[in-house]
Amino acid sequence: MITLTHYLVLSAILFTLGVVGVLIRRNAIIIFMCIELMLNAVNLSFVAFAHYLNSMQGQLFVFFTMTVAAAEAAVGLAIIVAVFRNKETVNIDDMNIMKW
Amino acid sequence: MTNVSIMTFNILSILPILVLAGFGMIVLLIDVLTSRKLGEKNLLAYLSLLGIVVAAVLSRSSIGTATFSFNETFTIDNYSIFFNLIFLLSTGLTILISHNYIKREEINYGEYYALLMFSTIGMMLMASGADLLNIYIGLEVMSISIYILTGFKRSKLISNEASLKYFLLGAFATGFLLYGIALIYGSTGTINLRQIACFIAGRGGGLDPLLILGMGLIIVGLGFKVASVPFHAWVPDVYEGAPTAITAFMSVGPKAAGFAAFLRIFMTSFAYTHHEWQKIIYILAVLTMTTGNVVAIAQTNIKRMLAYSSIAHAGYLLIALVSANNMGVSGTLFYILAYIFMNIGAFAIVIVLSRKGDEFIQINDYAGLGFKHPLLAIAMTLFMLSMAGVPPMAGFVGKFYIFSAAIKSGYVGLAVIGVINSVISVYYYLRITVIMYMKEPAREFSPLTISPLIVAAIVISVVGTLQLGIFPSKVMEIAQRSIFTLK
Amino acid sequence: MIQYLPILILFIIAAGFAITNIGLSAVLGRRKPTAEKLSPYECGIDPVGTARERFSVKFYLIAMIFVIFDIEVVFLYPWAVAFKELKLFGFIEMLIFVGILLVCYLYIWKRGGLEWD
Repeated sequence: MITLTHYLVLSAILFTLGVVGVLIRRNAIIIFMCIELMLNAVNLSFVAFAHYLNSMQGQLFVFFTMTVAAAEAAVGLAIIVAVFRNKETVNIDDMNIMKW
Repeated sequence: MTNVSIMTFNILSILPILVLAGFGMIVLLIDVLTSRKLGEKNLLAYLSLLGIVVAAVLSRSSIGTATFSFNETFTIDNYSIFFNLIFLLSTGLTILISHNYIKREEINYGEYYALLMFSTIGMMLMASGADLLNIYIGLEVMSISIYILTGFKRSKLISNEASLKYFLLGAFATGFLLYGIALIYGSTGTINLRQIACFIAGRGGGLDPLLILGMGLIIVGLGFKVASVPFHAWVPDVYEGAPTAITAFMSVGPKAAGFAAFLRIFMTSFAYTHHEWQKIIYILAVLTMTTGNVVAIAQTNIKRMLAYSSIAHAGYLLIALVSANNMGVSGTLFYILAYIFMNIGAFAIVIVLSRKGDEFIQINDYAGLGFKHPLLAIAMTLFMLSMAGVPPMAGFVGKFYIFSAAIKSGYVGLAVIGVINSVISVYYYLRITVIMYMKEPAREFSPLTISPLIVAAIVISVVGTLQLGIFPSKVMEIAQRSIFTLK
Repeated sequence: MIQYLPILILFIIAAGFAITNIGLSAVLGRRKPTAEKLSPYECGIDPVGTARERFSVKFYLIAMIFVIFDIEVVFLYPWAVAFKELKLFGFIEMLIFVGILLVCYLYIWKRGGLEWD
């Protein structure tokens, strides 16, 4: 039997994977994918809670998170493309005009 | 099939937001549908200002009401109206200082004004949201617009880099905020702020680890937006790389919105568990003030210096949050208003004195300003004194109220640390004044980037700084009536 | 759980059928590798250049626009499910929502976001 705890643990693992990915990867696109993984891990929590609590609010939240994440993805890609056009790299270790 | 009911549909409560959204879209459409010649976009600036004034008038007209609307997802009370007016003021001043600047930097696109308005909408949603969903959406609308505005000089690598850093770290912090919201939802079964408070109070103090973790994650997410240490790593770089007018906007608007959400969430929903979060915020406040002020001393670039100074100011505002009393709330409102005047004023002068491509933004470039342009130097001195908290400026009164609120709640030690920090900050604020008056000019100041609009912004800022400093009682009284009336 | 048993059996039969066929062809089939046979299959024509090229940045632009407009549809589903209960109010709300999307579309179109060259 799969309980709420299973979902929460899975969601926590995915979230942590995302966080670790953001911290150790150097490619801007992969970092961004890790952030998306974090958001989707949270979505899993929301849906699990919504099912367990018998409330619609969690599912509602997921709809909005998804759309916001899409908007963020579009803007993020645009920014990364703009950086690439000027710099020919998306490695964040090379982002060093200003002291980081 | 459950019955779907549409209750408390109150279009009046969101009218200012709708008006602003409408104006934003009109500006976008006018920009793309008419010929795209640079330098002929004054109409768009005036139209945006008109939109902001209309939204402000509409917002002001509902002062005194205190209602929930849209099934208690949205609230309109004096607190949110005060914040809405603060946001509109900061956006209006930003448009005034941008108008000439974006022409000089050759980024005069209509989207600039539209994005400023869209991000203001996000802030207004954050201040008026009565549930975590609305606050989250508001935060994202605000942030996404500002990610773009930060990278608006898209042919300049420094602007690209700032935008990328802000975006990656901002989205990362949003992930934490969202996880916090999910855990709070799981623990209390609702995302409505008032119902969360009822649930926690109803359980009578037994603390759920999920709830504590959720609260901590929300502190991380919002702490990032208000630029508190240790979530401040992005601030100096982003402030330096962004177009100067956007730096001015970023240092007031999102910070104010972050505090609006911070205060509302923690003082309504988590009021019952205040012993838990006060300890964390206490540490954050001390770290934020001290780091901001100490590192600001070492800066040579004025935008970076103002970035660290804005971190320090976030620290003072966190003191008000720690106090968690009504005086703290009204002190925050007053302080943010004062901060808008003095900070946007200071950035306006930075814009006037710099050249295309952000030339002349080192602190030493201000040498001798006092002899060449005495009026500008006097205005800059006023803003610096106000930020340092020297009486009779607005900053002094704001700090006085916030420290009093801390003492009233029994945090004498925190107030003392705040005062010590103010004393440290006097050093780097006054250094600019000293350089302006005591050193020989090292460069030619003219041509200045000056236009009637930016002069208007500086005059408004000077008047605001002095008015709030010398006659604070009226505004303070309004701020005191603007604490939460709905709990 | 017992009602899922037929599905499990179906999975086992399907997997078994596939594995048996692949295994049999590996055992019984004859192999005579030549250079043509080992090259990547491109409709029988000789491959032109490498497949690992950089995509034009235009694809990113189209992808961004697609992501935004595609995901907005997510709000149409719950609305469609509750369409009868929401009545005229919901219809007008959705018209406004789609109207805002239309403004975005007009903006992208006039800005030249949909032009390939």
